[in-house]
Amino acid sequence: MSVLLIAEHNNKELKPFTLNAITASSQIDEDLHVLVIGHSCETVAKSVSEVPNVKKVIHIDDVIYENYLAENFTPAVIKNSENYSHIVCSANTFGKNLMPRIAALLDTSQVSDIIKVISADTFLRPIYAGNAFATVKSTDKKKCITIRPTSFDPAPTDGGSAEIVKAEKGEALDITKFIKREEVKSDRPELGTARVVISGGRGMGSGDNFKLITAIADKLNAAIGASRAAVDAGYITNDHQVGQTGKVVVPDLYIAVGISGAIQHLAGMKESKIIVAINKDGEAPIFSVADYGLEADLFEALPQFLEELNKLNTIQT
Amino acid sequence: MKILVAVKRVIDYNVQVRVKEDGTGVVTENVKMSTNPPDDNAIEEAVKIKETGKAKEVVAVTIGEDKAQETVRKALAVGADKGIHVKVDGIIEPLAVSKILQKIVEKEKPDLVFMGKQAIDDDCNQTGQMLAALLNWPQATFASKIEVKEKSLEVTREVDEGLETIETNIPSIVTCDLRLNEPRYASLPNIMKAKKKPLEQINASDLGVDTKPRIEQIKVEEPPKRKAGIKVANVEELVQKLKNEAKVI
Repeated sequence: MSVLLIAEHNNKELKPFTLNAITASSQIDEDLHVLVIGHSCETVAKSVSEVPNVKKVIHIDDVIYENYLAENFTPAVIKNSENYSHIVCSANTFGKNLMPRIAALLDTSQVSDIIKVISADTFLRPIYAGNAFATVKSTDKKKCITIRPTSFDPAPTDGGSAEIVKAEKGEALDITKFIKREEVKSDRPELGTARVVISGGRGMGSGDNFKLITAIADKLNAAIGASRAAVDAGYITNDHQVGQTGKVVVPDLYIAVGISGAIQHLAGMKESKIIVAINKDGEAPIFSVADYGLEADLFEALPQFLEELNKLNTIQT
Repeated sequence: MKILVAVKRVIDYNVQVRVKEDGTGVVTENVKMSTNPPDDNAIEEAVKIKETGKAKEVVAVTIGEDKAQETVRKALAVGADKGIHVKVDGIIEPLAVSKILQKIVEKEKPDLVFMGKQAIDDDCNQTGQMLAALLNWPQATFASKIEVKEKSLEVTREVDEGLETIETNIPSIVTCDLRLNEPRYASLPNIMKAKKKPLEQINASDLGVDTKPRIEQIKVEEPPKRKAGIKVANVEELVQKLKNEAKVI
């Protein structure tokens, strides 16, 4: 048995969630190899080789992989999959897009979004927006698995020195063309890995009102999240969405402001360590998962909250 | 141009799902069922494209037990022209679903196949990508905008970093995000008319596809419950609790 993990990166840096996937993969089997596919991504291959849990890095470099198209990644993965019992990737939009394409061609029934490795063939995964947990056993010889990164700790990043092996590129499928990527650059911590997340919902009333949230996020060095309703209303961009079809977050502190707490939103945040809800509707379902609920008008509560935070001088950053 | 749209019948998104006491699954008896929400977006988009004249026919397909036909009838009521119900009982996994859809694609020869990006029951997020692989077609997943060009689609995708735009050759698979459009409601006259539209029934066993599950469901359980929290009286108390009790700020 050995595991082949597909690294997610931006050709310059490894995406942090790959480290969580490394932890999950090495729980499946210690013989863990990582496949780095990209364009001019030597630095990524090198940084992966320094992760102590990694036994070998396979590096495939070509311009056809510059924009991570699943149509081109898939033949490269399949070509290198022969000696592995498990093919693994993070269950974020990169892995969700890519892994099923690989699984179908390997004739394997994929196990998506696992939150626990029970044994090499048995896993725990949430279904119905996390309202039930299913223990599932894969009977396929070769297993394709995506892991929920926030359910595993990141692996340490230095101390290892795995060998880096170059491999040949796979077939290029000239059926899809990358046009552009609109990334929202921010100096804030990433939503998926932030220690503190403050999210706004429909109750914010406008995009402009999100500045109340921004001020507190600045103070707490928090990432900014949002409910689907707030994104749909155009208050904030889609990369902030927390929930069943958005991002899953498990910060130490999650502050939900003006969010009623639909099942689909709870799916993305209810594993947070401490949950605070600020909502003027005392019956809102968000209060059922909140450790601390404040029934108040957010337009009064948020400025007061900032004021109280300013009074403290022990804020960790 | 012809568009095939795959729709799935699931527990309604507003229902609080309950786990069965014997651990074999979730309670579905006497529970409201609906079309998987992003599948509604997929149908809406196909119908909108037809309304612009760029598509001639929209075919809705579902796979499942007899009652799954409801989702096809609903699709017909909002503008699909023809329905297909592939009958199969019990759980079938996305791999089997995509193999069945592959057969339907071979038979119907659509130019585009749309479906929701994820079903809200098993949360697998696999079928569209698997079908694209089996057909060797391009895949535009998590679409929030679709522009139909002469021989290609320009699709805006919702990804973790923000938005990505790709161009895929036709034929193509598109999996739809909830933000793609606002699905319309079926009017009563259209619901009546939909009853007269053709709905073909096919047995999955006649398609020569192995639908046997490869994943054994050992048990289904309730997730750990959160301890009930408290309500605080004011912002001052909240900050004190976060600092002194929870120690998170």
